Amino acid sequence: MGATKNQPVGGQAPVVQRVRIRYAKRGPLRFTSHRDFARAFERALRRAAVPIAFSQGFTPHPKISYASAAPTGVGSEAEYLEIGLQAEVDPGQLRLALDAALSPGLDVLDAVVAGPGSLADRIDASSWRLELPAVDPAEAEAAVKAFTALDEVLVERMTKQGRRSFDARQAVTHISVSDQSVVPSEADGTPCAIIDLVVRQVTPAVRPDDVLSGLRVAAGLEPPVPPRVTRLAQGTLTAQGEIVDPLDADRETALPG
Amino acid sequence: MPMSVSSVFPQLEQLLPRVSKPIQYVGGELGAVVKDWDATTVRWALMYPDAYEVGLPNQGVQILYEVLNEQEDVLAERTYAVWPDLEALMKENGVPQFTVDAHRPVKAFDVFGISFATELGYTNMLSALELAGIPLNSADRGLDDPIVLAGGHASFNPEPIADFIDAAVLGDGEEAVLEITGIIREWKEEGSPGGRDELLLRLARTESIYVPRFYDVDYLPDGRIQRVVPNRPDVPFRVAKRTTMDLDAWPYPKKPLVPLAETVHERYAVEIFRGCTRGCRFCQAGMITRPVRERSITTVGQMIKEGLEYSGFSEVGLLSLSSADHSEIGDMCSGLAEQYEGTNVSLSLPSTRVDAFNIDLAQELSKNGRRTGLTFAPEGGSERIRKVINKMVTKEDLIRTVVTAYTNGWRQVKLYFMCGLPTETDEDVLEIAQMAHEVIRAGREAAGTKDIRCTVSIGGFVPKPHTPFQWAAMERPEVIDARLKMLKQEINSDRGLGRAIGYRYHDGEPSLIEGLLSRGDRRVGAVIRRVWEKGGRFDGWSEHFSYARWVESCAEVLPQFGVDLDWFTTREREQAEVLPWDHLDSGLDKDWLWQDWQDSLTEYEQPDCRWTPCFDCGVCPSMDTEIQIGPTGKKLLPLTPVNSLRVPA
Repeated sequence: MGATKNQPVGGQAPVVQRVRIRYAKRGPLRFTSHRDFARAFERALRRAAVPIAFSQGFTPHPKISYASAAPTGVGSEAEYLEIGLQAEVDPGQLRLALDAALSPGLDVLDAVVAGPGSLADRIDASSWRLELPAVDPAEAEAAVKAFTALDEVLVERMTKQGRRSFDARQAVTHISVSDQSVVPSEADGTPCAIIDLVVRQVTPAVRPDDVLSGLRVAAGLEPPVPPRVTRLAQGTLTAQGEIVDPLDADRETALPG
Repeated sequence: MPMSVSSVFPQLEQLLPRVSKPIQYVGGELGAVVKDWDATTVRWALMYPDAYEVGLPNQGVQILYEVLNEQEDVLAERTYAVWPDLEALMKENGVPQFTVDAHRPVKAFDVFGISFATELGYTNMLSALELAGIPLNSADRGLDDPIVLAGGHASFNPEPIADFIDAAVLGDGEEAVLEITGIIREWKEEGSPGGRDELLLRLARTESIYVPRFYDVDYLPDGRIQRVVPNRPDVPFRVAKRTTMDLDAWPYPKKPLVPLAETVHERYAVEIFRGCTRGCRFCQAGMITRPVRERSITTVGQMIKEGLEYSGFSEVGLLSLSSADHSEIGDMCSGLAEQYEGTNVSLSLPSTRVDAFNIDLAQELSKNGRRTGLTFAPEGGSERIRKVINKMVTKEDLIRTVVTAYTNGWRQVKLYFMCGLPTETDEDVLEIAQMAHEVIRAGREAAGTKDIRCTVSIGGFVPKPHTPFQWAAMERPEVIDARLKMLKQEINSDRGLGRAIGYRYHDGEPSLIEGLLSRGDRRVGAVIRRVWEKGGRFDGWSEHFSYARWVESCAEVLPQFGVDLDWFTTREREQAEVLPWDHLDSGLDKDWLWQDWQDSLTEYEQPDCRWTPCFDCGVCPSMDTEIQIGPTGKKLLPLTPVNSLRVPA
């Protein structure tokens, strides 16, 4: 690489190792926005004394890149990021140190030394669980049927460009009512429908709340209380409809033989 | 025995997807403490009565939170003002005011302590009480309700909220909260004898906790106060402020709260000293926090090291009322700069003193590349008005200092002034423009470039209790606004210079209301309540503050007492008048304050007692305190760098 103009003297230490991390946003901390998480993560790096590398320039930034983040208010078991380090660390120790440095509820689940290829290239779909308290599973079932029967379900959402209308149907590769749903009984009068959902990454992004809008459009399903949404996995969607953890490929490269 | 208290989070959780920035209501900060309710005896809910983003960084609340939670049988949680969107949903769904730590209802606690850094939080207190299901009036509360306790600088005159609070503490809180805890613990263990009244009486008998209900206020026919006297024999005539001596023995916060939500300050803040004897006559903080008590250079160094390791903050603020005045500030700044060189930690010193020394310190702190802004506070535009307010700075000092800053590479400085000061004329304010012009002219010459700027920032003067200006008349808002407009024109009268000068100011109207609340008496409580009933909230936020609502409410409730808004604000008081806070003892001798007020009118300057003989303000002898300053002669040692991950054991 050639010399860059206008750099402060000395510069920053180079990246010698990249580590990919899977983390969860759980319970009340699912209300953490992406910006909030990014700030907390940078502090956690300092608390845990992680030898993070910094970008060059007058205002050096720590080398962190994020894969598509779950919306604020949505829980997740599968968020991903990658960090660049200026000294090698043991990924297992790194996971422990970072997990301890973050608030409980922001939990670091996995850390793997990055192999070749980019993280983003290995993520093209997410699976979600939608809990709809006070919704009868039978009613949810009917809505899901109506939704899947259609080729296109137009929904609206406010975006940075204003109100937009787009299709919420095509991106959905799987949607079903889980047998873990709570059917109303004499003992417990409050049902809870649980919907399992797999959505491909498309532009504009189809989010779980867009699919919920789709269920309203297709079948008039209106949950009386806000649904609780969790991302269960993100990764490569196989022909069999499974989602492969994007860190698996790195683990394979890391393992000898 | 009260039943164990459960979390309201399941109900709250339903509402959070429908409000803005829900993260501010969920807690989960680093440093947050959640204890078993049933394993504790005395429980405090601490409130900063503003939005979470403003309240969370508050040092006072963080210190008391930590001091209380260090006690094994004590539990302290925090609560903040909820924004109107959530307030409406909480009312609709019957969710009470909650703490962010364990989401317990505020009403279940023994004490509801509210820290008033400013009077503009009063309406938010009423919202919180209502949401909590605690009667707004102290007189209507029963054994099931917490003791509503006010603290913070505004509690040096809590009379406007006397009907709503049960008690107030004046001054430093560290030891006060432990003493109050002890009294409540004992009373509860005895089976709460005599009910709420007995508990309040025990608090009042400490002579340093003010219980408004035990004092009657009589008025003269013309509306002035005749006297404020105890209505029972066993409470003191005057209630004294608290002073924590030896700050090295109270190194808090040790475990600062680190929020997930974005807040106004994201830094580890350490107080390097408390108190100030510079004697600026408008400054309530400087008057009521005397004497000066320094924290030693070594304690400061240790607190920063541990605070940064604990929090992961990358910014440190060295706080005090005039940080450059610490006896070892030079060694402290150079020592810290060395310790953190090359670490991406930035150090800042709120700089207000106008002298070149300040720039040396700022240079020192910016060693590792990051340059924080420089702010100087001459406060008054003319030499004359600076003598009136006892801000001993000459125009030459200021120009020299600012030019030094430009010469040393700063491209931007901020100058802070006040408008509406006693005896102020149009000319005094217009001189700010001349000063700013001269700063730019001299700065361009010294820096050899046209590319320099200064920002003139102007605040409205509000006369405060326990200051020499407590007798002063406020200027009318329209006069303030006219002067500010004139000043703007004067700054821009020279376009070449005016372009390099930024101008920021506040309208006169909010200051007038702050003045009403600062120097008001118990009759102002009815105004606060009326404003709140009409929807007044978040009065410190210009988008929520409504001057018209305050004026209207004053006109509705004050005539029955034969007084009005002007009577409280633009009226000058006479020496003999009983002031609403005379029975609250800040240690300052009222005769000395009056003399200092007279001295200000003759433009007599009062030097600082740290370096010149005592001028008998009265604080040290009456409060049994003394100036605690260095130098200790100690130095900060280099830090050993950490080379391995901090993995929990």
